Amino acid sequence: MAALARFWSPFRLRLPGGRAAQLLLIGGYLAFTVGLLLLFPRSIIAFLLYLANLLLVFGARAVPGAWQAAIAVVETLVVFPAVAAGNPFFMGVGTTVAIYVALALGLNIVIGYAGLLDLGYVAFYASGAYLWAIFSTGKAAEFLPFLHGPLGGEWFWPFLVLGLLFAALMGVLLGIPVLRLHGDYLAIVTLGFGEIIRILAAGLNSITNGAVGLPGVGAPAIGGRTLGAAVDFYFITLVIVGLIVWVTIRLEGSRIGRAWAAIREDETAARAMGVPLTRAKLLAFACGASFAGMMGVIFAAKQSYVDPTSFTFMESIGVVSMIVLGGMGGIPGVALGAAIVTLLNIQVLGGISDFINSVGARWGIQIPPALNPSQYHQLVFGVILVLMAIWRPEGLIPARRRHVRADEEAEPATPAAAPGGEPA
Amino acid sequence: MDILPQLFLDGLVVGFVYALIAVGYTMVYGVLELINFAHGDIFMVGAFVGTEVLVALAGWGLRATADPWLALSLALLPAMAVAAALGVAVERFAYRPLRRSPRLIILISAIGVSFIIEDLVRLVETIHQGKFVLPVPTVFPDVYHVSVPGLPSPLTIKANSLVVVGAAVIMMVVLTLIVSRTRAGRAMRAVAEDPVTAALQGVDVDRIIALTFLIGSAMGGAAGVLFATQYTTITPYIGFLIGIKAFTAAVVGGIGNIPGSFLGGILLGVLEQVGGGFVGAKFQNVFAFCVLVAVLIFKPSGLLGQRVQEKV
Repeated sequence: MAALARFWSPFRLRLPGGRAAQLLLIGGYLAFTVGLLLLFPRSIIAFLLYLANLLLVFGARAVPGAWQAAIAVVETLVVFPAVAAGNPFFMGVGTTVAIYVALALGLNIVIGYAGLLDLGYVAFYASGAYLWAIFSTGKAAEFLPFLHGPLGGEWFWPFLVLGLLFAALMGVLLGIPVLRLHGDYLAIVTLGFGEIIRILAAGLNSITNGAVGLPGVGAPAIGGRTLGAAVDFYFITLVIVGLIVWVTIRLEGSRIGRAWAAIREDETAARAMGVPLTRAKLLAFACGASFAGMMGVIFAAKQSYVDPTSFTFMESIGVVSMIVLGGMGGIPGVALGAAIVTLLNIQVLGGISDFINSVGARWGIQIPPALNPSQYHQLVFGVILVLMAIWRPEGLIPARRRHVRADEEAEPATPAAAPGGEPA
Repeated sequence: MDILPQLFLDGLVVGFVYALIAVGYTMVYGVLELINFAHGDIFMVGAFVGTEVLVALAGWGLRATADPWLALSLALLPAMAVAAALGVAVERFAYRPLRRSPRLIILISAIGVSFIIEDLVRLVETIHQGKFVLPVPTVFPDVYHVSVPGLPSPLTIKANSLVVVGAAVIMMVVLTLIVSRTRAGRAMRAVAEDPVTAALQGVDVDRIIALTFLIGSAMGGAAGVLFATQYTTITPYIGFLIGIKAFTAAVVGGIGNIPGSFLGGILLGVLEQVGGGFVGAKFQNVFAFCVLVAVLIFKPSGLLGQRVQEKV
């Protein structure tokens, strides 16, 4: 265990060599993974290796930041669709990963930046999803007299914004009563909030159709053309995710971002220094929630079906484990965590199940479906959470914190996470 | 409402179960200021061990209904032992290494442990029984119908309910005696008051914390068996919701305060049943969460708790 801890602690993502060498490495690896994608059109491993391109770009510190961003954009918006546009499997996986990256970034604002443990984050996702589902299926027309029938796909775009605003409003509504609570209490109350939203979604039949759910949620449309294909959702999601990443980067160093960091490190001291606690916390809840609201709208349109089982406590914890795995507070870490957990969840466990079944079939052993590894998501999340908490609480890619010293005597600022190298 | 007295009685019974679980939350919070998120799952493990014993006894030809007191004791003892061992193990491997970490990290570890226990029980039961939703053998089958003058319909009381309440009261009394009269109990109170000073007085703080987990988890395990016999079906996921409710009960009574958690449990059980009767069973769980939020906002110290000044 001690050896494991030593192996982990010096892990920093940093490529060797100068600018030219790094660019060459990036280009070579990109060509390699594109080849893999073409050779193995249903391989999740190929997709994972392709995703590692982004990590490589992030680790190329000798390359200027603007180039890094440009390469990342080209890799996700040009190369990947060019290679895999005709492959709904890769497009679907890419979209799902992107949605979870956005969710994790949103929750990261609440947990990673402001230090408020929110265990009911899925409530905001549900708000966005149900908002679009109710209006685009015509359910809204049943209780809103001025509506006649379902809204068309053109309405998807304003509803992206409405979903954002609605979820932000929910975030503030949750925030107001829980402002005075700390740590564990906050966690339990937000958990309760998430459950309340789910129970309401399952119980208010006249609005949400209850446990039956709402089928036939509309896909987006532009000028009469419906954008319902996997590729369309891929582009829509990625553009929004890009926007969210940009907003997050801008928020991090802003006045409010620094206020959040102050609250996270020491609420009492922050208050004494004049940080407006109420406003800063409510803004954290609202920002985090708004990302989830937008993603909810996209999710509803992509699935074309919404029901309460998509918004359980497990979903909230899944997003928390993404943040914990990747590294709280840092954008690359959170994105990495989201990608790993999503793929683990949707593909790798299922892949292991298929493998076990095929092995079992070969030897003539019937593996009962109840022992299927894909049924044990919770176990995987649980193991990730415990191991990361004990050995690497700062995550796979620890957040880079700017350290500012007042004078030579002052101690360097300590990261929020506890030292990770101390095994039990 | 005609059914109000009946709801009140049902609430009382479930309230005693909540109270037994809430004690575990409150004791751990008292010494560590930590919400032991896995406690609901320790309760669940107790329920499964007890049920497995009852099933095994039936397999050996001893039907629980033939000698209910013996069957219940045989189910309770191993359930309490396993739950206690599990509680101590969880503390040792998931909480103790993190005692100096930020609260967020400990809570995350606790949630992880809770998930691991749930799915491991599911795995074990799937291998052992072929299913993970278990029916529980009946122990006390009698049902009494008591006519009370002035009430339109007679009250229905299960014999099992009386046993649940009786067992819960006995355990509460024993626990109170342990905490208030014994040497270990005094050490426990000292650690809760101030762990550093307690250590300076020669109290082995680590041992006392382990003991706290042991006692709290044993009570949780016993609550699991009582719950199983009362509600007749268990799944590996019952610990989540009931754990949250028991935690709510601990908060209502004032977290860290043992008599408070008894009071809070009974109060929450009654409120939930009666309130659920008004808003509909579908929204009954919302009711418990609303109680939690309301108490935390308006009286965060709970009914019997003391207001703790935040140290700077």
